[in-house]
Amino acid sequence: MKGAKILIDGLMKEGVNTIFGYPGGVVIPVFDVLYSTREINFILTRHEQGAAHAADGYARATGKTGVCIVTSGPGATNAITGIATAKLDSIPMVVISGQVASSNIGTDAFQETDMSGIARSICKHNYLVNSVAELPHIIKEAFHIANSGRPGPVSIDLPVDVVNADLNNYQYPETIDLPGYKPVVKGHKKQIKKLAAAIKDAKRPLLYTGGGIISSSAHNNLLQFIDKTNIPVVNTMMGLGSVPYEHPRFVGMPGMHGVAAANYALMECDLMIAIGVRFDDRITGPRHTFAKQATIAHVDIDPAEIGKNVATDIPVVGDAKFVLEQLNEHLDAKEFVDWNSRISELKMEYPLKYDQKNHDKILPQYAIDTINKYIPDNAIVATDVGQHQMWSAQFIKHKHPRSFLSSGGLGTMGFGLPAAMGAAMACPDKMVVNISGDGGIQMNIQELATCAINNIPVKTVVINNSYLGMVRQWQDLFWDGKYSQTCLKQDPNCPQECKGPNGSCPKIYWPNLTKVAEANGVKGYRVEKPEELEVNFKEAFAQPGPVLIEVMVDKLTNVFPMIPAGKKNNEIIFGEER
Amino acid sequence: MNRKHTIIATVTNRVGILARVTGLLAQRGYNIESAIAAPTENPDIYKITLVVKGTEEQIEQVTKQLNKLVDTTKVVDISHDNNYIVREYIILKVNINRKNRSEVLELMNVFSARPLDIDKNHIIMELSARARKIERLIELMKPFGINEYVRSGEFAMTEDPRRSS
Repeated sequence: MKGAKILIDGLMKEGVNTIFGYPGGVVIPVFDVLYSTREINFILTRHEQGAAHAADGYARATGKTGVCIVTSGPGATNAITGIATAKLDSIPMVVISGQVASSNIGTDAFQETDMSGIARSICKHNYLVNSVAELPHIIKEAFHIANSGRPGPVSIDLPVDVVNADLNNYQYPETIDLPGYKPVVKGHKKQIKKLAAAIKDAKRPLLYTGGGIISSSAHNNLLQFIDKTNIPVVNTMMGLGSVPYEHPRFVGMPGMHGVAAANYALMECDLMIAIGVRFDDRITGPRHTFAKQATIAHVDIDPAEIGKNVATDIPVVGDAKFVLEQLNEHLDAKEFVDWNSRISELKMEYPLKYDQKNHDKILPQYAIDTINKYIPDNAIVATDVGQHQMWSAQFIKHKHPRSFLSSGGLGTMGFGLPAAMGAAMACPDKMVVNISGDGGIQMNIQELATCAINNIPVKTVVINNSYLGMVRQWQDLFWDGKYSQTCLKQDPNCPQECKGPNGSCPKIYWPNLTKVAEANGVKGYRVEKPEELEVNFKEAFAQPGPVLIEVMVDKLTNVFPMIPAGKKNNEIIFGEER
Repeated sequence: MNRKHTIIATVTNRVGILARVTGLLAQRGYNIESAIAAPTENPDIYKITLVVKGTEEQIEQVTKQLNKLVDTTKVVDISHDNNYIVREYIILKVNINRKNRSEVLELMNVFSARPLDIDKNHIIMELSARARKIERLIELMKPFGINEYVRSGEFAMTEDPRRSS
């Protein structure tokens, strides 16, 4: 059997029925097989970055491994940002790239790039296939590695002579033999007991949970744990949805733009039970100041995460689901009355708020909060990166795991639309919403056409403040308001040194996103006044196909609360009440 | 405390494995003092001996990250073993003349360094020893004028027969 056929057969044996990608010279043999493969739905994106993010969104929404196929050289390099995004957020993905013929590797051949060299540092593992005989095992291994242990992207670089070569007696392997790869899933009994004892002794325990809960499908075990122990929980952005926002023990998202109660809780707790989190600097602030009063227990499937950023007192290596199951057997019911009333006090004292009534312009928080009214309970919300992302994390009412898809680690602008597209392909029964900024949407706006042509009904809401808002916010707060290159309306007639909008600003914002949407076959709406928002949302969200709603919001609203970079978790700035 | 650690990674012999291991260390911001990759008694298995300077915490992180690589089957920080053998190998070319030749040969004798080649202006010697002894040899040969030398970097093995490195 030919290599190309083996590849597609292997993918099907791994349960793949949707692939995102883009053809090119050296992968024609693979596309030639796809041409007559009815079992696989191939989505031709308009850019390889879109394909990689779509495969990522597909994986985030389902837990299944996302797959994309791109060509060599520029095809492969265009996919890089998407792969790195998946790596930082531990998303299972298999990326297949074409490569020039083995005999041409190293000659700077047409569309040659050293994909295995580039991919090495941004993949969980990667392969350059040397012969067709290796191919079946590599496919099997790639899927196993991508979606076991701590998930992550795996790249397979596939020279054109390998896909054209014949293999006699092809059989897809049943087993894999990877002596160097055996993730530990069960927690060590002694450590579990130690953690259970620490919980028994604690006065102010706090759960700090993240993406690991979602990737190991441990949300029900976590809820059981919380219901039994009444331990309050802060959820990182990657973990949003694993505990419903209205759960009485849910404190909120901690970190730079987290809710104040969650950050104060981090500072005040005496036992921190960290599960499936990686003590990211956007959460800890300066590491030596983080959770000073707390004994820190860290549960993670990746032993290298434990002790990486913050010293750990009770390390538990294992899969969140298994460890929580084990823990739940060892725990007695608890109340933590004083501690929980302190948390309620903090929540009451520092609610997230905005004041639309006293503003003529639409406040971005109001726009995002209003989305809640028009989307069903099981909707999936994807975001881009920036201010709107933080407001979405703050105001969208997360109810289910795998319902909030956002580039957390890499912070990739342009992620939202293609990721939403991937999620919509994976979950045709759910409404998928993409919330973007006017900067981020333009980074992969070409995928609107992919949505239109395939009738992928993504509802995109663009929060348009005509700025690269998050960077502008930093310039506003820490760089003396010097808005260097963050205004998307700035033209050559503007003064070079501009400190904000005034009467002589250019009147028009390019592009007209509503028209761009329409030109791509996506129904476009533009909302300029607060009182027009609900009626437009109502109509737009009721459309069967893809739509884009451009909401023109107040230009200078900042995201608060905020812990400035380098500050402690209790050095929060609340900003003006807008 | 910053000190030198000798780490031995046992790896499956796959294309690019050395780049994978050294790239990982570079990516995580560690400086490699030396790295040797060579086959073992099993042709599919290579051993990579790395000398890395760092604190205990940093080195623990290095070994954990190395362990994470799919192609590594074992990572040992051998510096934690009480009894282990470390060796380094050097080939050294020293300028000599008729007057100091016997002095150089005498020093070589003290170090048990072997002559590999000799002519009227140079002597080339080899020595396998602990790194400290190698450094001492270099130091003592310096006054004669070192023409050039190459060092292998350290490699090591535990003495404990029950533990393989």
